Amino acid sequence: MKPEEKMVDYLISKYNYWVYIFLMMLGFYAMMGKRNLVKKLIGMNIFQTAIILYYISIGVKKGGTLPIFMEGAPRAADYINPLPHVLMLTAIVVSVSTTGVALAVLLMIYRRYKTLEENEILKSIR
Amino acid sequence: MDIVYSIRPLLAILVSLGAAALILASGRRPNLREAWTLLAAVAKFLIVLSMAPSILNGQVLEYTVLPLSPGISLQLRVDPFGLYFGLLASGLWIATSFYSIGYMRGLNEHAQTRYYFCFAVALSSTIGVAFAANLLTLFLFYELLTISTYPLVAHKETPEALAAGRKYLTYLLTSAVFILFSIAYTYQLAGSLDFVAGGFLKGQGSPETLRLLFVAFILGFGTKAALMPIHEWLPTAMIAPTPVSALLHAVAVVKAGVFSCLRVIDYVFGPSLLSDLDLWLVLGYFVSITIIGASLLALAQDNLKRRLAFSTISQLSYIVLGAALITPSALMGSVLHMAFHGFMKITLFFCAGAIFVKTGKENISQMNGIGRRMPLTMAAFAVGAFGMAGIPPVCGFLSKWYLCLGSMEAREAVFVLILLTSSLLNVAYFFPVVYNAFFKKEAGEGPPVREEASWWMLAPILICALMSLILGLNPDAFIHFHQIAGMVAASIRGF
Amino acid sequence: MNTLQTQAVILIILIPLMSSYAIPLFGWRWKGSAFFIALTAIGASLVCSLILLATVLTKGTIHYHLGGWLPPWGIEYVIDPLNGFVAVVVCIISFLVTISSKESVEKELPEKKVRFYTIYLLLFTGLMGIVVTGDVFNLYVFLEIASLAAYALIAIGEDGAPLASFNYIIMGTIGACFYLLGVGYLYIVTGSLNMADLAKLLPPLYDSKVVLIALAFFLIGTAIKMGLFPLHVWLPDAYTYAPSAVSSFIAPLMTKVMAYILIRILFTVFKPSYVIEVVPVASILSWIAAVAIIAGSILALAQRDLKRMLAYSSVSQIGYIVLGIGLANKMGLIGAYLHILNHAFMKGCLFSVAGALMYRTGRRNIFQLHTIHRKMPFTMGALVIGALSMIGIPPTAGFFSKWYLILGSIEAQNWVFVAVILASSLLNALYFFRVIENVYFEVSQGGLKEEPVGDPVREVPLSMLTPIILLAAGILLLGLYNERIISGILVLALPRGF
Repeated sequence: MKPEEKMVDYLISKYNYWVYIFLMMLGFYAMMGKRNLVKKLIGMNIFQTAIILYYISIGVKKGGTLPIFMEGAPRAADYINPLPHVLMLTAIVVSVSTTGVALAVLLMIYRRYKTLEENEILKSIR
Repeated sequence: MDIVYSIRPLLAILVSLGAAALILASGRRPNLREAWTLLAAVAKFLIVLSMAPSILNGQVLEYTVLPLSPGISLQLRVDPFGLYFGLLASGLWIATSFYSIGYMRGLNEHAQTRYYFCFAVALSSTIGVAFAANLLTLFLFYELLTISTYPLVAHKETPEALAAGRKYLTYLLTSAVFILFSIAYTYQLAGSLDFVAGGFLKGQGSPETLRLLFVAFILGFGTKAALMPIHEWLPTAMIAPTPVSALLHAVAVVKAGVFSCLRVIDYVFGPSLLSDLDLWLVLGYFVSITIIGASLLALAQDNLKRRLAFSTISQLSYIVLGAALITPSALMGSVLHMAFHGFMKITLFFCAGAIFVKTGKENISQMNGIGRRMPLTMAAFAVGAFGMAGIPPVCGFLSKWYLCLGSMEAREAVFVLILLTSSLLNVAYFFPVVYNAFFKKEAGEGPPVREEASWWMLAPILICALMSLILGLNPDAFIHFHQIAGMVAASIRGF
Repeated sequence: MNTLQTQAVILIILIPLMSSYAIPLFGWRWKGSAFFIALTAIGASLVCSLILLATVLTKGTIHYHLGGWLPPWGIEYVIDPLNGFVAVVVCIISFLVTISSKESVEKELPEKKVRFYTIYLLLFTGLMGIVVTGDVFNLYVFLEIASLAAYALIAIGEDGAPLASFNYIIMGTIGACFYLLGVGYLYIVTGSLNMADLAKLLPPLYDSKVVLIALAFFLIGTAIKMGLFPLHVWLPDAYTYAPSAVSSFIAPLMTKVMAYILIRILFTVFKPSYVIEVVPVASILSWIAAVAIIAGSILALAQRDLKRMLAYSSVSQIGYIVLGIGLANKMGLIGAYLHILNHAFMKGCLFSVAGALMYRTGRRNIFQLHTIHRKMPFTMGALVIGALSMIGIPPTAGFFSKWYLILGSIEAQNWVFVAVILASSLLNALYFFRVIENVYFEVSQGGLKEEPVGDPVREVPLSMLTPIILLAAGILLLGLYNERIISGILVLALPRGF
């Protein structure tokens, strides 16, 4: 392929990776760059969601169908890979639990400091 | 060499560790607590003494406690040199224990339990250093010695005492770092850390590597041996109670430093390697600076204990010089001086402490006429001072004689000159003290009252002074120091 | 192997897991039972871990197939000498620290006991799961279990604990997600999640960029979780503000288990030759570790709060372990493994002492601890032993880790590392002796001489004192007997080829 075509192919055919990279960076920026603790938490969520999407996307096969067992001799090549789906179910549970714990901690912070802005909290601690 | 397996080296170390625990437990009953110290001191000395006949017959007692690292064990070996140091340290501990009782009670000092506890642990460590069979075991006990003597240096708990303690730790822990590096590197080069009479490093590395290693070792062990310029901790540590200065800083800690230096010079490197590397002459000159420099500094001190400290620094370098000269007589003088200096210095320190307890005086300028008040004490002081200057018949003369012989054997007469100069300086800074004590009048009140320190303190003073005299006349008296020293010198091959 | 031996692998996780469900059930009615159930569960795991270690040393690696599914399709638990060793370390420290937690939880969190012990056991389960599993994704699951429990436990402390916990949540999640990404990349190229299988499938792929990126993600993820400088920022706050029982548990253990993950990734999943020769990851790690060692010590010097000082000290000590791993020679690795054990004991002892001080005096400021040794002699004696071990005075355990690391650095001809290790000993001496001075001597610091408030200061109760003394005794014994441990266990735990 010519270099330009290679570049275009890179950008288009691997679009799933670009999506997840974009989401990950978005989440990362929110975690690091935002001052409000809830926004950080949402950033963390976006970050984890990006990874979940990535995993699921790697299981896709050309011409594969849903991984539900159908009549007749099963051929593994016909189904998209269900293992990442299973792994990501676990990861989603982890993500939800982490969000739950984080929200509980945020509640504690709010009760104590009456604000959820990081700089104000740090000011009141010093 | 005839190796005999015996648990006695380990017992010698453990007896005072056990006593230390008992001392901690009997803090409420001072008499019981002091009894433990005395019992342990006597027991330790007897155990060490019991090993002497075997050693004198040419045997070596060995005991492996447990492996510490793959290929290296916590091993104890009693060879003539180790026995020598062990006898010195344990014997003088008995004297110091009696003296401590008199001193601490005389001044009604605080924290006496901690004091006796640390003393016992420190003596265990000293005997451990004496009986170590390899560098790692030596290092283990060496560090324990540092740690256990720190509370003794900082005993008074005043800001100065704590600052002195911090300086003590800074110097000694930094030197420990050098020692650790040297030991690790030696292990890497030679694959073994066991002491061998005549050294084991020959051929194990390039000359530059070995020279660097030697420098690192000397810097490390030399800190406890108070070589200049890493000597400053010693005068600062004089803020400790006098028995601490006496035993630890004239006998145990500094002698452990010198002992380790000699172990490195003669049992790790060895005379022939050192002469190949041309290091012996360099070391000789290096310590000569200390010999003269410390004596000069001693002249300037008014505080008696500080003057004695600088005197110690100077005398310790005699010992290292003797080893550096790598001839049999020099080594003989070096080893003999370890014990002889120990006895003389401890007498001097004991006197200083007795004066402090009885009169509260620390400075020489205040000590005019004290000879009238405490004649026995000052007589003992005079004996010690004579010995330091090398005046017969006190034992100091004998070790200096051997050192001079050794210098001649090494064909470096300059060292004889240095030794003689130092003797003159010794006269210069000790004699005024003795003269003022006896021949000047005490300022203030009328005719002096004869009031010696209590017998707890006076007896050790007199006994140590007497020993200094006796050893000068018959160096083999009681403990066969001369014979053992001779065995040490003879055992080092490669002269 | 008899039944107990075969089943011990799963029991070691199952018992604490089931017990953590049992605690709310029983605790609803009998509040005091929470502690006992927790202690029994951890004790049972301790017994299992000892059985496992004994079995591994005599019979070789143990494999346990979860649910009967064969690897690599099923999840496999593998015990080899390395994780048998780490399992025993985790169990022993957990057991001792849990004993001492009873009184301190009573005092600091009286009405939250039941919930506390539930989460506490879950944390323990997570840590044990990380240690015994042989599947990279299973490790992620247990990692998150442990982390979540840790987030919750840290948040119930005082002062800035919730904020510290929140920061830990954010950073810890990033770390775990990076780990997950690493797993994902490896899965794409190999299709397997089993560690042993990956080790077989990866070598032909070593020049692929995907594998390299996977390794990078693994490293960053574990580095964040371990608190390796400069990704350690969550650590000081988390350790300082957590309740005493929690910091005594987390500080000695969590970072060590993360270091274990690092060892597994570097030397089991990826072959040592990859990590040392193909990509010089080992040497990069060792340089970062050297910086960590010095930075941690310097930062510790600046602290007035005892627990914060110990936290920064932990950052420095993790540097030792990673340095040993990065040196990747026999002595270095032995030093690293030994330090996992030694540091767990040392920090367990020191944080327990800090907890004891908190319990009796409510104080953490070093300069307010005047002559407390008269009132708490045994606790302070343990502090001295712990401090001497951190500085590296023989015959305490800490000296020997440093000894092997120095030997390893000399073997690698890297004099900078030797200097770093030695310099850090001196720095440690600086800040630990400052504490010892304040504890034992009357250092008048103008105006800070108030008497302690609350109960008259006495020695801590026996349930807190016994673990402290046992840990201190352990430090001494581990030092003296380190050669037995090395020749009996650690040499077998080295990766093949060392």
